[in-house]
Amino acid sequence: MNKLGIIFLFTLCSSLAQNIWAQEISDEYLDSIANSYLLDEVIITEKKDVINKQSKVLSSLDAYLESNNAINMMKRGAYAAEPMLNGMASERSVITIDGMRIYGACTDKMDPITSYVEITNLSKANIQNGQSGSCHGGTIAGSIDLVRQHSSCDNSGFKGMLFSGIESNNLQKIVGTKLSYSGTRFFSDIDFTFRDANNYKAGGKEKVPYSQFTKYNLSTTQGWKVNLRHSLTASLIYDRATDVGYPALPMDVSLAEAIITSLEYNFINISPHIHSWDTKLYYNHVKHIMDDSQRPIVPIRMDMPGWTNTAGLYSVIQGSKGKHSWKANLSGHFNKSFAEMTMYPNNPNEKEMYMLTWPGVATYFSKIFAEDKIQLNEQWNTIATLGTAIHYDEVKDDFGLRSLNIFYPELKKGNLRWLKNAGINFTYIKGILIQNTGLAYGERAPSVSEGYGFYLFNSFDKYDYIGNPFLNNEKSFEVNTSTTLIFSKFNIKGQINYFRIIDYIIGVPQQDLVQMTIGAKGVKIYQQYKNAHLFNAQIALNYNILDYLQLSGNLIYRLGKIEKESMPQIQPLSYNAKLKFEKNEYLAEIQVEGAAKQMHYGKNYGETPAQKYAILNTTIAKQFNISLKHKLITKIGVENILDKNYSTFSDWNKIPRMGRNFFLNIIWRF
Amino acid sequence: MKILKYFSSIMLILITISCKKDDININLPNETDGLKLVQSIKNDPFIIDLYTVSGKLEQGYNEVFFQIKDVEGHLIENAQASWSPIMHMMDKSHACPYSSISLVSDSKTLHKGFIVFQMAGNDMEYWELSINIIVQESPYNLSAKINVIPASKKRATTFTGSDGKKYVLAMVQPTQPKEGLNSITALLYTMENMMSFIPVNGYTIKIDPRMPSMENHSSPNNENLTQKSTSFYEGKVAFSMTGYWKINLQVFNEAAELLKGEPVTNENESSSLFFEVEF
Repeated sequence: MNKLGIIFLFTLCSSLAQNIWAQEISDEYLDSIANSYLLDEVIITEKKDVINKQSKVLSSLDAYLESNNAINMMKRGAYAAEPMLNGMASERSVITIDGMRIYGACTDKMDPITSYVEITNLSKANIQNGQSGSCHGGTIAGSIDLVRQHSSCDNSGFKGMLFSGIESNNLQKIVGTKLSYSGTRFFSDIDFTFRDANNYKAGGKEKVPYSQFTKYNLSTTQGWKVNLRHSLTASLIYDRATDVGYPALPMDVSLAEAIITSLEYNFINISPHIHSWDTKLYYNHVKHIMDDSQRPIVPIRMDMPGWTNTAGLYSVIQGSKGKHSWKANLSGHFNKSFAEMTMYPNNPNEKEMYMLTWPGVATYFSKIFAEDKIQLNEQWNTIATLGTAIHYDEVKDDFGLRSLNIFYPELKKGNLRWLKNAGINFTYIKGILIQNTGLAYGERAPSVSEGYGFYLFNSFDKYDYIGNPFLNNEKSFEVNTSTTLIFSKFNIKGQINYFRIIDYIIGVPQQDLVQMTIGAKGVKIYQQYKNAHLFNAQIALNYNILDYLQLSGNLIYRLGKIEKESMPQIQPLSYNAKLKFEKNEYLAEIQVEGAAKQMHYGKNYGETPAQKYAILNTTIAKQFNISLKHKLITKIGVENILDKNYSTFSDWNKIPRMGRNFFLNIIWRF
Repeated sequence: MKILKYFSSIMLILITISCKKDDININLPNETDGLKLVQSIKNDPFIIDLYTVSGKLEQGYNEVFFQIKDVEGHLIENAQASWSPIMHMMDKSHACPYSSISLVSDSKTLHKGFIVFQMAGNDMEYWELSINIIVQESPYNLSAKINVIPASKKRATTFTGSDGKKYVLAMVQPTQPKEGLNSITALLYTMENMMSFIPVNGYTIKIDPRMPSMENHSSPNNENLTQKSTSFYEGKVAFSMTGYWKINLQVFNEAAELLKGEPVTNENESSSLFFEVEF
């Protein structure tokens, strides 16, 4: 469940209890234990700086998230991959930026929330599996919270960073800067990143047309420490991507733009038992314009813009007393999602064809969530979570309501739902063993597309999808267990989780309906299956061969069934192994990654099996320390050395991934 | 004294106001609000002003309104009226389906009826509208050439059924189609002879709306047209988006025998019988 909490308690118990085992281990060793724990949680401890840890420091956020075993990135091109958590697509997880709910504005999931942040302004991605991730919304798979870094009022003065990168395969150019000032009462951070890439080439120099992108990201945070206990933080992200190609889709994106703002008030050390109270107000606006103007041949020209506005707040209070350390969160948000489609007939005398694909859907959500960690004794601790939420949505637009009335004449306006979640998790720590077992139950409301989408074309199974406003909540029972063994130079962790999903939402073909999209196979309406099962298993191991030489490996397997049929887009048996050499200012890494042939695939969902593959990556880096204050870090590397042409189960329509790629990253800190 | 003065002046104002009201009632009825004048047909001592919503007469179904005035412009109340539209072609003449005339409810002067022009007029061939009225028990006839313009979209069609009879089928609603489910109504007449068309009862008109520009896709949950409580055939048509829709038709008689129209399939893009809508 909440691994951070476990680590905290674990470190606490091991250091405070002064047991023999704790005395034997060094600080460094504790760190490695922490790392092995954090396999579920991509987290950077050192300098609150994600880019320090990555072998390719200016890699995309997508590549960074994909390095986590719980996450697969569904790629529709070189940009804005959709994170799938525990084998489930993004509507089954809650993805937030600093706890803020943001709704992507693309009906085809071409702008997941993760596409609106840059890796250079990220502190960590807090990934929580299952119901432990239900703090900010109803979820089945868990949550991904992208935590941005910011300075504190530590009077460290002015600091800065300039960075640049280039990649050979798609001539991606990266430039950026980051400046921060920290005083005793005030801090200010600003960073800017620009990326521009051409089409990439798959293995064997196969060109992948429409895979270019250009992205600007500006992020700033201002903090004011009112006094020792009170502080205010204001933050803004402006992200703009233009000319983004999606080779796996029939359309590209001419603009994806997000403005994400927040104001946070922190109150700390309220009483001996109440440690902090953080309240945040936020607002964000996302605009996404899909067009096909770059495609020379299309059956019909069309524009598909979409907009979302979300305003919300959360207030989280944390404290501890005796064996208990607890957290309570009250959150709420309002969202409006609107998307339209205009088609231009080939006959210029005919009128344009216009429809709403998201008919102005308003969502009101409010949740209370509480978590209590109880240190039962030296060996045992437990975490209990409990939450309840109200979810109300309605179609605001009359044009849209009339459209949906074609399918649902009885559809009025609103739909009220009550969502519940609860979970309990036990951890047992003794000697070299850490055993963790949890049980949970949770519910989620259907997404905007699942509830109200209107003729949304899915280019994967080639069906038009119609939403269903009368879906029940999707419910999930989950069991998870993990075992970690820690030896002096070696640790291994095995983890299994199983989700039994009731009223599983998925599109079902409707024989009597005719597709709208040219080239589509038919129409699917979102319906529910009584039972679906998802099983995830992974083994991770770490071996410190020498102080400066480390070997790590992962083995992942997932299995998904809807009733008796295979679920689509489920990761086959996959592995990766990495040998890392790190000494003084040198770092060298060689990694092999691959997957077996996909044996279980969604035949009924138009999926064909992904073939087996294996690729080799390597990185060599050297840090140049120019002076005490100035540091120059240079990293060069090659990815997919053997220029293998491959695609994985998570490549939309099996578009091939990037071929051999040389990269150079330069970072100058001052 | 003062009170009387006030009282009398108030009375005076009230009388003036009430007189004004009367004036309005007599001379300026607003019954034609929302209608546009098509043309005036004159034959002393009367003038007939023809109105439609668009101010035009079009090929297809037309709801036509008219008022009868005397030469001084006074509206004639409670007149009886009947009409007959005739098409003068180069070699022959024929009539078309039309309704009887009635007064618009709550009105004493505004008459209403419909005419289905199965074809438009042109330079050589024209429609003539002849209106017979009875005012104070004396009959009068007013007639004139009327301009029936071609419809930009097909809203009426004539066909010969497999039973050998000639039919006229005209779409009445929707006049302002919208995205979503629309009520669709139509009239079906059979031609008894060149001058007489009679309504057909008990048939079924099957509809299949398609968008030819979008690979001829259809829409769901349409309802075929049947007679419910009136002589109009009523059903539902769904438009899932704006744009140009072709409503393909098949006409079946009471015995469910297909009289005209073909089903739309992958091989057959369109029925020979259809209406068109664009919005």
